[in-house]
Amino acid sequence: MTISWARAVTGTDAMFEFFRLHFAHVCIVVLIAIGFFGMVAKRNFVKKLIGMSILQSAIILFWLVSAVKRGATIPIMTEEDLNAAAGSVDSALAASVDPANYMNPLPHTLMLTAIVVAVVTSGVAIALLVRIYRKFGTLEEDSILEQL
Amino acid sequence: MRPDLVEHSPVLIPLLFLGGAMIVILLSMLRPRLSHPIAMGVSGLATILAAFGLERVVSGGTIHYHLGGWTPPIGIELVLDPLSALLVLMMCGVGFLVLMHARRSLPSELPGREPPFYALSLLLLAGLCGIVLTGDLFNLYVFIEIVSLSSYALLGVGSKRAPLSAFRYLVMGTTAGSLYLLGLALVYMQTGTLNMVDLGEILPSVITTAPVGVGLTFMLTGLALKSAIFPLHGWLPDAYTDAISTATALIAPIATKAALYAIIRILFFVVPPNYTTELTPIADLMCVSAGCAIVYGSVMAMGQKELKRMLAYSSVAQVGYIAMGIGLASPLGYLGAVLHILNHACMKGCLFCVSGNLRYTIGHSYLPKIDASVRRRMPWSMAAFSIAAVSMIGLPPTAGFFSKWYLAKGALEQGRWILLSTLLLSTLMNAVYFVRMFEQIYLRPTPEGESGRAATGEAPRSMLVPTLVFAALLLILGLANAVIVAKVLEPMLGGLS
Repeated sequence: MTISWARAVTGTDAMFEFFRLHFAHVCIVVLIAIGFFGMVAKRNFVKKLIGMSILQSAIILFWLVSAVKRGATIPIMTEEDLNAAAGSVDSALAASVDPANYMNPLPHTLMLTAIVVAVVTSGVAIALLVRIYRKFGTLEEDSILEQL
Repeated sequence: MRPDLVEHSPVLIPLLFLGGAMIVILLSMLRPRLSHPIAMGVSGLATILAAFGLERVVSGGTIHYHLGGWTPPIGIELVLDPLSALLVLMMCGVGFLVLMHARRSLPSELPGREPPFYALSLLLLAGLCGIVLTGDLFNLYVFIEIVSLSSYALLGVGSKRAPLSAFRYLVMGTTAGSLYLLGLALVYMQTGTLNMVDLGEILPSVITTAPVGVGLTFMLTGLALKSAIFPLHGWLPDAYTDAISTATALIAPIATKAALYAIIRILFFVVPPNYTTELTPIADLMCVSAGCAIVYGSVMAMGQKELKRMLAYSSVAQVGYIAMGIGLASPLGYLGAVLHILNHACMKGCLFCVSGNLRYTIGHSYLPKIDASVRRRMPWSMAAFSIAAVSMIGLPPTAGFFSKWYLAKGALEQGRWILLSTLLLSTLMNAVYFVRMFEQIYLRPTPEGESGRAATGEAPRSMLVPTLVFAALLLILGLANAVIVAKVLEPMLGGLS
């Protein structure tokens, strides 16, 4: 797969090369920008909330991208690893396993927590919005400010 | 107390609060009346445990608690060192006193909805203690979000505007949390560790790389937004003013302090010492924003007619003092910042309790309508108010003087004359808005015709006791500050100077 890509890249096409290497990060930066734009520029509270969720998701994706390794697999030991390490102590087990073959599991576990935080934040935000709507009858910032 | 129990206090204190929150909410279906005793009991137990923890740490050295038996940097560790032990004691103690105050003030403000309030308060305290205790940067994020989420909910009830202010706070707070997480991702990618001690060892070799620089900037911006350092304070005055007074009394003294503690922990104990002063202008930036915060907060506080709103703006100024201590980046600045965190928790606790007492007894806390009749009616509350106000101004027998003294000495040591004059100017401005109150309370006569009205009745005892304890603590902290500095704070300075 990499060969067909490389054929398309010429020496002068540095821009394309940059996007090819960093497409995940470019997407995440765009998502973060959309999220911030929604939170700052939109006058409707639900749209602000949507922007906030996009921002949080972008950051979660950013963490996950950091765990990716080309040609690596999930961090579960294969049968060969286990056979090689059979009956050995911990240090020999560690020596027989090549970390380059496995993805970093830590960002995934951390982001499980961050996803929970994001969900709860949305829940609290929606609860507050329901209260705002009951009191003011609208979720547009401008017309609420008029009422105050 | 049994010594092995004290050894486990780093994990027991947050767990007590978490468990208490669950029990309160489950039991509220059967016995809603029990929620207050449970909340009081849990926070009282935690305070006792924190006090023994502090005693044990001061005499016997730092406790490193490895969660689940995993050794750091793989596992999460909780650290009870003198600084965190002192602040945990402060969080638990303030929480205990405010929850005691809530017994009568809460039913008058939130009739029938006490159990959820107590459950959220205990969650908030669990998060605050966790922030102070944790030795892991991602764990810190989780605790910060626990604190933020429970404070959105607590601040969302109150006047008509309260949900609006709380929603604005939520948008700002979530942005702050996201920025912190984004920065942490960059730092983690470069260093491969989240443990503070481990990171402190790795950072000097990679401190000049771009990911670490950008990451730390994002993290500190997020924490500065959470702690309402000028110019990121926009959410604070509205959120504090519109909430019910019990929620404000609980959140204002301690919640922003936890984020400030995280900044102190990172800048003084994780990054290399020359990072804030030589490699980056963080220290200077902190000093500038501290100066602006002090002037802006004091000027805005002078113009307010509502006691709670005045106190909220003065909180912005007080956060400025702590930021100033951080910005000085010297041992004296550190002492001033930590002492001021402690003092401000007691001052604001006392003042917000008095504002709660006023709202409970005379139904409002509108400053122009307060006169000598209020003092005749509530002599003890007003006495406590006066002590706290004297401490806010910074006069010698009270605690407020000593933290300002350390800050002034720190500013003098580095020849920062503008900062020093800002500090003195703010003392004058504090004097303006509190002496105005003294004049009203003690000298302004009651208007004609109203003097005949029967105006008796101090606040109930359960509200008066915490108020007076806070006031007494201000005097005790003022007199005992030399002991705190020598026994608790100076041993931590080894890695600094």
